[in-house]
Amino acid sequence: MSSHLALRVTNPGFSLANCILWGAATIAGTLIGLIVFVVLAAAMPALSNVGLERFVTDASWHPTSDQFNLAPLIVGTLLVAAGALALACPISLAAAVFVTFYAPPSIATVYRRLMELFAGVPSVLFGLWGLVVLVPLIAKLSPPGASLLAAILVVTLMVLPTIMLIAATSLSSVPIEHLHGARALGFSRASTIFKVIIPAARSGLAAAAVLGAGRAIGETMAVMMVAGNVVKIPDSIYDPVRTLSANIALEIAYAMDLHRSALFVSALVMIAFVVVVVWALELLTSKAAFQANAD
Amino acid sequence: MTPRYMALMARGIAAIASAVILTSSTPSIAASEEKQLVVTGASTIAPVLGEIAKRYESLHPDVRIDVQTGGSARGIKDARTGLADIGMVSRALKEDEKDLTSFLIALDGVALIVHADNPIAELTRQQIIDIYVGKINNWSELGGADEPIVVINKAEGRSTLELFLEHFGLKSPDIQADIIAGDNEQDIKAVAGNPFSIGYVSIGNAEYDIKAGVPIRMLPLEGVPATRETVAAERFPLRRPLNLVVSKQPEGLVLDFINYARSAEVRDIVESFYYVVPPGS
Repeated sequence: MSSHLALRVTNPGFSLANCILWGAATIAGTLIGLIVFVVLAAAMPALSNVGLERFVTDASWHPTSDQFNLAPLIVGTLLVAAGALALACPISLAAAVFVTFYAPPSIATVYRRLMELFAGVPSVLFGLWGLVVLVPLIAKLSPPGASLLAAILVVTLMVLPTIMLIAATSLSSVPIEHLHGARALGFSRASTIFKVIIPAARSGLAAAAVLGAGRAIGETMAVMMVAGNVVKIPDSIYDPVRTLSANIALEIAYAMDLHRSALFVSALVMIAFVVVVVWALELLTSKAAFQANAD
Repeated sequence: MTPRYMALMARGIAAIASAVILTSSTPSIAASEEKQLVVTGASTIAPVLGEIAKRYESLHPDVRIDVQTGGSARGIKDARTGLADIGMVSRALKEDEKDLTSFLIALDGVALIVHADNPIAELTRQQIIDIYVGKINNWSELGGADEPIVVINKAEGRSTLELFLEHFGLKSPDIQADIIAGDNEQDIKAVAGNPFSIGYVSIGNAEYDIKAGVPIRMLPLEGVPATRETVAAERFPLRRPLNLVVSKQPEGLVLDFINYARSAEVRDIVESFYYVVPPGS
C-alpha cells in the first residue's frame, strides 16, 4: 500500500519535472541556435558580395558609400571592454574583500543589497547620466567630451557590481578549513586573505572577470550615448569611438540591402567575441581547478 | 502523461521557431475575404504611415494594410509596376516621374542647431560645408569664442543625414565629425550638453524641445528662420515633401486611405513624428 502511494506521488511528479526541464533546455538551446542561424543567413549577402577581406581593408565604414571596414569598430569594442575591466576588476575585488572579511555584518548586508540594486539598474540610465553629467565634464578637459574615456567610465560602473557580487560569492565559498588552517599557522588577516583565500578562489574570480568582459563587450545603449560613435581608431582616450554593438543600434533602423547585411556581419563578429570569452572562461576555470588540485 | 507534455513542448518550440522565421522574412499571408492594401517605399514615411494604417485598420476591421520599407526608389518602382497599391516617396517627383500622381501627407524640415549660449546668429552655406568637412575647426574663425567646434553628424542611413548631404552637396565619407548621433533627440541632448557644438535635427523635434526649456537654438538658413511655419509655407530651404504616389487615378479603398492619411484625423500622428502638417489638410 505504502509503496504504491509513494510511487503515485513521486513518479508523475518526477516525470513532469523531467519534461519541464528537458523542454526548457531544448527551447533555450533551439532559440540560441536559431538566433545564430538568422544572423548568419542575414550576413550572407554582405559576406558573399563584399567578401571577408574588405571588412578589414576598406577605407572606412560608410556602408551607404560602399565602404565596409569593421576594424575601427573592433578596436573600439576591445578598447572600451579592456579599459573598463582594467578599472572595474581591482575595485570590485577590493569591494568584495571588504564585504566578505572586513565590513561589520550589518554594513556588509546593506552594501551587498546596494550592489544588487546597482547591478539591476537599466543601462539607459547609466547612459543618460553619462550624457548629461560625465560628457560635459570631460568636454571641459578636452572636447568633444563624448569619448573613449566616457565609454570606459560608464561601462566600468555597469560591470562593477556584477563582478563584485560574483567575486564576493566565490570568496565566501572558499572552504572554512582553509581559514582554520591559516589561523592555526598564525597568519594575519591580510595574509590569510591575500595568500590563502584569493588564490583558492581564483577560478571564481576569473569567472567574475570574464562575465564582466561579456557584459562590457555587449553593452549597447549606454555606450552609444556617451562614446561619440565616430568610426575611427582613437588617438587618445579623449577621442570618440564606436563599438560593434553601438554600430548595430545606430544604423539598423534605417539600413537596407547590403548595409543591413553588413550590420549582421557586425553582429557575427560580436558573437565570435563572446564565444572567445566563454572559451577563455572554460580554459581559465579548468586550468585554475587543475592547479588548485596540484597545489 | 509524458507524451502529452512532449507534444505540448514540441508545439511550443514549433510556434517559437515559426515566429522567428516569420519575423525574419516578409509576412504576406492574408485571409481571402479581407481587403488588402500594399504600401512600399521610403523608410522615412513608413513608421508614420504604419501608425496611420493601424488607426485606419481599427476603423475598418476588414482592411489589412501592409507597409513595407525599401527606399523612395522602391516606392516609385512598385507603384509603377503595380506591386504596391501606393508608393511612399520622401522627395518631390522628378520630371521623368510625372506619370505618377503624388499626394503630400507631411513636410520634413531640418535645421542646424547650436547651444543657446552660442553667439553665432547665422552661418552661410559655405561656412556650414567648411565646418562639416573640417576646414573650419574653431568658432573664432566665425566670430565666436576661441573654442574648437564639436561637429555632430547623424548615423548612416538616417533620412536627416541624406537630406543634409544632398542639400549641401556633400558625400558621407567627406564629413569630419566629432560625435555621431543616432536620432534627433540624442543630437539635441549632445548640443544642449556642449556649448561649442553644432548639429542638425528635424525642426518639429527641436521646436518641441526648445519649448520644454532645452538650451538650444535653431539657426536660420539662407535668411529664412527655421520654424514649422516656414517649412509649411515651403520657404525654408532644407526641407522635403513626404509623398504618397499612385500610378493611376486612385479610387475605392486606395482613394479612401489616401484621403484619410491627409485628413485632420491623423494630424496628431504626423506631429508625434515631428513632421510638419501641410497647410490646408
